[in-house]
Formats: sequence, C-alpha cells, structure tokens
Amino acid sequence: MSDEFTAPAGVQGEAEYLASSGTAETRQGYSGWIVPAEKIADVFEQLSQRFGYDFLSSLTAVDNFPEATLEVVYHVFKSIGGGPLELKVVVDRESPIVPSVTKIYKGAEFQEREVWDLFGVKFSGHPDLRRILLWEGFEGHPLRKDWKEPFYEEEAKPFKSRWPDGKAEPNESKNPFNDNVQYPPDFTPKNWTPPTEEALIDLMQPEAETEGLETGQLILNLGPQHPSTHGVFRMVAATEGEAIVSLKPVLGYLHRNHEKIGERNTFLQNMPYTDRLDYITSMSNNFGYAVAVEKLMGITPPERAEYLRVMMAELTRIASHIMANGFLLNDLGAYFTPSLYSLEERELILDVFEATAGSRMMCNYFRFGGVARDIPPETLKKVHSLVHDRLPRKIDELDRYLTDSEIVKVRTQCVGVVTDEQAINTSITGPVLRASGVPYDVRRADPYSIYERLEFDVITKMHGDVYDRYLVRLEEMRQSVRILKQVLDQMPDGPIMTGRPQYQVRVPAGEAYGRVEGPKGELGFYVVSDGKPNPKRYHVRSPSFVNLTGLEQMCLGMKIADAVTILGSLDIVLGEVDR
Amino acid sequence: MIGFGLIKGLAVTLKRFFQTYFVTNKLGSKHYYTEEGIESRYDPSTEGIFTVQYPEEKPMLPEEFRFVPFLLYEVNEQGDKEFRCTACGICAKVCPPQCIWIKRMTDPATGRPSPHPEEFTIDIDICMNCGYCAEYCPFDAIKMDHDYELSSYSRENSVVSMEQLGKPVDYYAKIRPDNYRREEEARAAKKQPAAS
Repeated sequence: MSDEFTAPAGVQGEAEYLASSGTAETRQGYSGWIVPAEKIADVFEQLSQRFGYDFLSSLTAVDNFPEATLEVVYHVFKSIGGGPLELKVVVDRESPIVPSVTKIYKGAEFQEREVWDLFGVKFSGHPDLRRILLWEGFEGHPLRKDWKEPFYEEEAKPFKSRWPDGKAEPNESKNPFNDNVQYPPDFTPKNWTPPTEEALIDLMQPEAETEGLETGQLILNLGPQHPSTHGVFRMVAATEGEAIVSLKPVLGYLHRNHEKIGERNTFLQNMPYTDRLDYITSMSNNFGYAVAVEKLMGITPPERAEYLRVMMAELTRIASHIMANGFLLNDLGAYFTPSLYSLEERELILDVFEATAGSRMMCNYFRFGGVARDIPPETLKKVHSLVHDRLPRKIDELDRYLTDSEIVKVRTQCVGVVTDEQAINTSITGPVLRASGVPYDVRRADPYSIYERLEFDVITKMHGDVYDRYLVRLEEMRQSVRILKQVLDQMPDGPIMTGRPQYQVRVPAGEAYGRVEGPKGELGFYVVSDGKPNPKRYHVRSPSFVNLTGLEQMCLGMKIADAVTILGSLDIVLGEVDR
Repeated sequence: MIGFGLIKGLAVTLKRFFQTYFVTNKLGSKHYYTEEGIESRYDPSTEGIFTVQYPEEKPMLPEEFRFVPFLLYEVNEQGDKEFRCTACGICAKVCPPQCIWIKRMTDPATGRPSPHPEEFTIDIDICMNCGYCAEYCPFDAIKMDHDYELSSYSRENSVVSMEQLGKPVDYYAKIRPDNYRREEEARAAKKQPAAS
C-alpha cells in the first residue's frame, strides 16, 4: 500500500492524461474531472487500457435544474484496489446525448438504461436503450427536478401542512390523478391498453434456423409471479429446445422511485428508507448511507460506535449469506428444509437486532456520527454465545449437510460460469465476483470504518460457477465469525455518538461517494448536497441491480432449470433491484 | 463413493428430527404455552423447532421493540389528563413519511400560541415505525409502543386522534422500565440545579 506506482519519465501519468483531455473540477466540495461528451468513450478506453481503471462502479446523473445542464457522473476503480476516479460529462438539459461506454464497460448497460429512463439522457451507441424501471410509454423522466409525482405536496420535507396547523387528511380522500399527473399527448387512460413488447421480442428474435430441421425458438416468460424469481421479477428467455439462447431480465415491478423520495427527504429522514432497499440487510444499507453522508460532513464516529457498526454489519452478512445458501437449495428443488434451517440462525440474529435497534428487519440503527443506541449488556452476552458457540457450529452443520451432496454438485458445478475478466467488465461485485477468482472486497480494496485493523481473509474460488458462489458465501460466513470474535474482544467503552443527536443535520455543499461491501456486493451511495437540509441528489448503486447485468451472459447455453439456479446464486433482492 | 455426501446430509436432517423430539420432551408439557417454554426457544443454545405458536403464544418483546407511537399523559390531582406534548412540532418535522399532524392551541385570551396540542393525529397506515419521533422528542412526550395488534375493519380507524393515542406514564414505565428510569433520573438532575 505504501509504494505508489509512479510512471517512468516520459510516460504520461494519469493526471497528466486527464488534464490533457478534460478539466479538473473546481467547485467547492467536488472532485474529479470534467470531460467533454464526445471524448468520454476515448478517455475510458485509455483509462481502462493504460491506467488499469477496469471497473466501472457507478454511472448516474445529476440534474442541475434550474440551470440548463445535466451531469452524467462516472465512478471508476481499479480492480486491484484503491480509491475512485470520478469523471463527469456536462450536457445540455434539453437534448442530452452522451456516447455510451458499454463497449468498454459492459457493466454500464443497465446503468445507462436507468439514466435514460429516469433522466432522459440518450446514450448513443447503446445496444438496447429501452426504459428499464418504468414502462415504455411513460411520460417524462422522473428524476428530473421539474417532474412531479402523484400526491405531490411540496418540493421538500418537512411539509408545512403538518405543523402548526396540521389537519390530517387520509391519502384515500385525495385524488391521485390530478393535474400533477402528466400524460403523453394522445393518451386517454380509459382507452389505454398496455403496449406489446415488440421491442423486447424483436431483440430476442432468432437468427437463421438450423438447416433441415424444422425447429423454432420458443420465447418463454419466467415470472413475474414465480417462486423462483425471489420476488416480482421477470426473465424472458428465448429457448432452442431446452437451451437458452437469449435471456432478458425485465425489472421495475417494485419500482417506487426511491431516489426521488430520497431527494424530497431530509438527510436524516432517508435513513429508514435505506432499510427498505435490501430488506434482508438493512444494517448494511444504513452503513453505506452513513459512510457517504459522513464523508460529506467530515465527521467520524467514536470508537465504540465503529465497533458496533461493524458488529451489526457482519451479523447482517451472516444472516444474508446463510439465507442465500438456504434459498439456493429451494431453487434446486430441496424445498424448504435447508432454507428453514438457515432461517433459524437468522431468527437469532434478528433477535439481537430487535433488542438493540428496536426492529427486526427495518433496523434504522445508524446515525450520522454514530449509532442510535448502545447495545444492552444481556444482548451483548447473547452475541457472545452466538459468535463463539452457535454460529460456527451451525455453519459447519450447513457445510456437512450440503457441500458434499452429489445432487447439489451435479446441479451447480459448471453452471452459470463467468470468468474473472467478464465479471470485472460487467461490474459484478460481491461473492459472485470473488467466486470468479477476483480478490476484490471493498473492506480490503478501499477500507472504511475499522476494517483495516481487523484480520480476515478475502475468499476467492476459481471456477466462477454456482457451486463456487455457494462455497464463497459459506467461507465468508466463517470469516465474518472471525471478525466478530475480534470485534467482541476489542470493543471499547465510551460514547456512541459524536456531538449531540440532531434532528436536522447540517451538510455542507459538495458530493460524496460512499461504498461498503454489502452481503450482495458493493453498495454505493452517491450523495450531492447544495447546503440545504435535503440532498440535491441521492443515488443508490445497488449491487443486486448491477449484478443482474451479467445474468444473460451466465445463462447462455444453459437449461431453463439452470437459469433458476443462476438467479438464486446471484442472490438478488427485488427491493434493491427496482428501488 | 457416489451417494456418500447425500447420506451425510441426510444424517443431519435425521439428527435434527430426533433433536426436536428430545427438546420438546425435555420440558414436557411446559414446552408450549408457558413462559419458560417460550424463553427456552429464544435461547441461543436451543435446538429443534423454535416456532412461537402465535397467537396462542406471544413472542417475547425486548424493551427496545418499537411499533407505532403513542402520547404520554400524566394524571393530575383532579383526575384530568395532562399531555406532556408541547406542540413544538419536532416529531412532525423529523417524521420521514410525514404521518404526524399537529394543531397548536391558541390562547383564547391573548390569541397567541400556547404550548399545548389542540389536535394530534397520526395516520398509522403511513407510519413506518422508524422511531425518530420518540428519539428526538425533547420532552419525552411521544414514545414507541409495544402493542402490535392493530388490525381493524376499516382504514378510517387507522387515522388515530390524540384521545386514542394517549396512554398514561405508568404504561410507559411498564413496557420500558430501563428507559423510563434513565429519563426520570435525567429529568430530576435537570430540575435540581434550577431549584438550588
């Protein structure tokens, strides 16, 4: 970590290169480089080829309304570790066109579609620029600042109608389709029928058929209502016989425009909403958001709070991984015995959350500069006995139960293979990436909180198939137990908050990208503040969503039944995918 | 040997099966529907089934458990309810889904606002149980409840008025003894320097 790579004389360093093709950001609190739109693809080509920035973490946009510009923001990293490089493209708000970077980073595919969907930025050269979270024919681009949702009340919370002259009015009594709903010009709700999905089907249409044989491809819908899809998620697969030749995920059934809600909220009010992203791992989500906003505020939590945070995050990781492994077996057809065994352990972990944070799933435990409350002593004892006795025992039991099982092996080995290069290029993160042999873990690659001083291994496996992902999760649980043991030993006494708890925090203007290693992968929060009580921009880089970019690649040539397994091994949570 | 892994796995399920039987028999008839039985199922050393047979059995609630808020009142000598709330509006401002409506009382004599709520309404359909109102209330006037059985036949019932929200301080002391003790100590400490 100490010996920095320095370019030999005569060879252009990365800062020099960037200075030659863009301008450095000068606004207070901002960082990175502004690159002209037409150059962006070249710049990324160079950055990934010459300087090793091969991993595109987040791609999003910021609306500068009432100014007439939109910014497209890219965060790229090196897959060998290190901090972010941030690039921005500033475009005109009326007709924003940016060259697509999907040829360089495949991981940009869904993220660019999302930016098109929510901001209306056109990415020229994108292979499939359709809306992703909303339906085709939706009017407007909701994350633009001048777009207003149904039940719109005010630009920002707290609403003035609540106090001091609050008169409760149930939402039922309001008409949601009022003058704040925009329809396309020739649209009448009464005559509307949902558009056919020609664009989608055309995309998947078969090539020339096998000569001599009269076989055709069959388009098959899996979901949105199907137990294998872990929620309301749809996969449209074109099959040749039983083999998948093309597969497109269709998302957005659970879309609630989390980011728009976030921009209406104050900074603190957002915290409980992050619980609802990936509802299995709410503590991790809290962590990511707290890290991002604390970066912006320039505060660090006291020692004890850091230890409590890591403790909760690692317990969450165990709960999430054990469930992912259990439910993977559901997808394999071992209906509910393994998943209920793993749910038992999760129950006990949730009991700890309940006694500490007050709620089992929607914990809302983290605050900026600390945590909400200290852990009660008897609960700490319970964590002790979980960590030192029960969890290791039960993880071993799960190992004995499933790892050697021939049925599990036959169904998962060599299924859904993704190579290391593909995985990095597709921006896949978390256990899925590490199962492909890339030792990339944000806790090590770009350490946050107190992870630097904790001992643990980054687990990697070499095959990149479903079985390896299962093994990585299993081993990571053991590593989490190892971290927890250290945390319990070292936890100091002391305060759990810096400063007094405030209901309205002061966040200086600027931007911050905070990321943590969530159980599903890299969870990033991009927060922009303009000094007001509400964030100007709040973006969630959700691992489940970005990991889905690689789904088609993994499923090609596999059987339909394998697609279910592969989806199970990605361990998505739809609350986070659709946001 | 093919099949060995499978047998090893099945041995785990078999062990679990017998464990469940022995654990249930250890406490005998006390395993279900007794406090002791429920407690044993919450212990990290428990084996076998730990389902709590709701609604016949109720799960154990830790003190910090939170569900929709209620308003604290004290009963004065005349037997009237005195709400602790001062209508300062912090809970309404901090509430993430904005489910709290407060109408501040105006003094009829002077026409100036007085520190009491005239109306205090919570739409518990919107409430997300985050607990911010209780956390940031400077007067310990609003707290999170332990009562989670709130189903009703009509949605109108979930817009809850001040009368329905009010609960005596004794109730609070009962559901959250530790918090209550801490807060009372802090109040006493605050009062003392003013008196001396």
